[in-house]
Amino acid sequence: MQFLFKTAYNDDIRFLAKTGEKIRVAIVIMFLIVAPLLLQPYYLAELGLLLVYAIAGIGLMILTGYTGQVSFGHAAFLGIGAYTHSILMSHGVPFSLSIAITLLFSGVAGMAIGRSASKMFGFYLAIATLAFGILIETVFGEWTALTGGHSGLAVPSLEIFGVPLRQAWQQYYLDLVLTLAVIWGASNLFRTPVGRSFVAIRDSELSARCLGVNVEWVKIQAFGISAAITGLAGALLAHHLTYLVPEVFGVLESLKLLLMIVVGGLGSILGAVFGAIIISVLPVAISFLKDVLPPSIGQTAGLEPLLFGLIIVFVIVLEPLGVYGRWMKLRFFFETFPYYRKSSFVRQKSYLKTERMR
Amino acid sequence: MNEARTLQVRNLSIEFGGVHAVEDVSFDVNPGEVFAIIGPNGAGKSTIFNLISRLYEPTAGTIHYGDQNVLELPAHRIVHAGIGRTFQNIELFEHATVLQNLLVGRHSHMHANPFSSFAFLPGIRKSEIEHRRKVEDIIDLMEIAQYRDERISDLAYGARKNVELARALCAEPSLLLLDEPASGLNHEETDDVSFWLEDIKYDLGVTIVMVEHDMNLVSQVADRVMAINDGKLLTIGTPDEVRENAEVQRAYLGSAA
Repeated sequence: MQFLFKTAYNDDIRFLAKTGEKIRVAIVIMFLIVAPLLLQPYYLAELGLLLVYAIAGIGLMILTGYTGQVSFGHAAFLGIGAYTHSILMSHGVPFSLSIAITLLFSGVAGMAIGRSASKMFGFYLAIATLAFGILIETVFGEWTALTGGHSGLAVPSLEIFGVPLRQAWQQYYLDLVLTLAVIWGASNLFRTPVGRSFVAIRDSELSARCLGVNVEWVKIQAFGISAAITGLAGALLAHHLTYLVPEVFGVLESLKLLLMIVVGGLGSILGAVFGAIIISVLPVAISFLKDVLPPSIGQTAGLEPLLFGLIIVFVIVLEPLGVYGRWMKLRFFFETFPYYRKSSFVRQKSYLKTERMR
Repeated sequence: MNEARTLQVRNLSIEFGGVHAVEDVSFDVNPGEVFAIIGPNGAGKSTIFNLISRLYEPTAGTIHYGDQNVLELPAHRIVHAGIGRTFQNIELFEHATVLQNLLVGRHSHMHANPFSSFAFLPGIRKSEIEHRRKVEDIIDLMEIAQYRDERISDLAYGARKNVELARALCAEPSLLLLDEPASGLNHEETDDVSFWLEDIKYDLGVTIVMVEHDMNLVSQVADRVMAINDGKLLTIGTPDEVRENAEVQRAYLGSAA
């Protein structure tokens, strides 16, 4: 077990305090950098897609995991990002400018939703965001002049500063750089007053308000930042899909994003990344399983959604903090070995809150 | 922090669907004093606090703090006017550490911009450290250094009470509204509270308004006491005067006594 002796306030601001953390992060980043040498193009593309989902997950995590505002329509922002970027690029707008406009546009769309959502909570918010998701999917389908409707929209090929990126590894590095930037930026956010006001609103709107947090405005900000990051993921996703149809950005995709952060572990950036890993690895593992199992089971229709659902149910029942929570416990087990006890993580009863005001 | 400002409440009333929770209550709180509000359960004590912190909209009356018309401000600007508060049923940020809670307490003095925060520009680090120093002063005052990195959900009730008081102090208020600072605390902890209130009053020069049931604590620290019942003002005076007041005794013990 490592004891940290803090000697400066900067020690509390720094991200990676323990040696073990630094080594682990270094290993992961090293692996991600050399991955194109190790993996076949197909798996490399899958890894790139994983990174894109990690970005989208972080976007939703900021809103749902940190600010406590549930969104059942986040795929809409994914779609807004994907369509905006593709349409701009097909009109000859260069990649970097198009990404900037996409960020701005999806951010503004998020703030517009946040404006009305800031007065809602609980079920009402869930239903409102669900309706928003369905609405946007319908708009994608019906606005044929702009989006190509249900017959789809071809995504222009990737080209940055006039350099075409046709190879899988080139696209992968683009995904990687942006993912690391988003992880770094989102983590930054939570060591500043902005991020702390998000968490404050999640835990107690009442006292946040009395400490000078403008609750409505902070919710609008949270929606805006979340939507902008998810929109960025959408733009990158478009290059992976190469062809956009409205159904991709439907309710199921929203649920997938939500399940991702719940299974990964609410309230942590790492949780969103874990969620993205599970969502991406599971289908590959299941298709592998299909070949191994006897045909009578392996070829049954609906095996994939069944296993998917089962795993999610087990995670929620057995580990409400998700994979991230399990990871924390595992680390604690090794750090305090052999003193870990079953009750190490049993929380004491919380106190009754009465007379709470909305 | 030390400007002498008076809290003036005039003819304050609020109705909830025909129930007069507070009716025509007027009082002044002088700078530097400890002013206690007592009364039986449901008398409207916390409602007065919620009116001052703008969580409720009064049906009639005015509230001024110094020259500032409090009723012109939205709830999240009250702390900028110098009025801080705690809650009867501890409203801390459960899933954050004590340090993070206290830093949110500094929110009214911080400038938050999502873009520079996302990039964590050098100016942000500087301001974080500056505010951390202020927070550490309060941590020293309240003697909660050992909890600094604990999550609120791991803290015992008494410690939570202290942290909530510390968080309110982090905003550097000139007027502090304390809603039952000693409820649920044992004798020893209640004694600690009375010492802290003295410290806050004399060292920080903060005016204190508190709702409290513990009459021992009230007579120890309060300069003046206001008694209310059924939303109506009974009397204002020194703790002894109020204790001897016949109407107050009737309100607590019933008319047969």
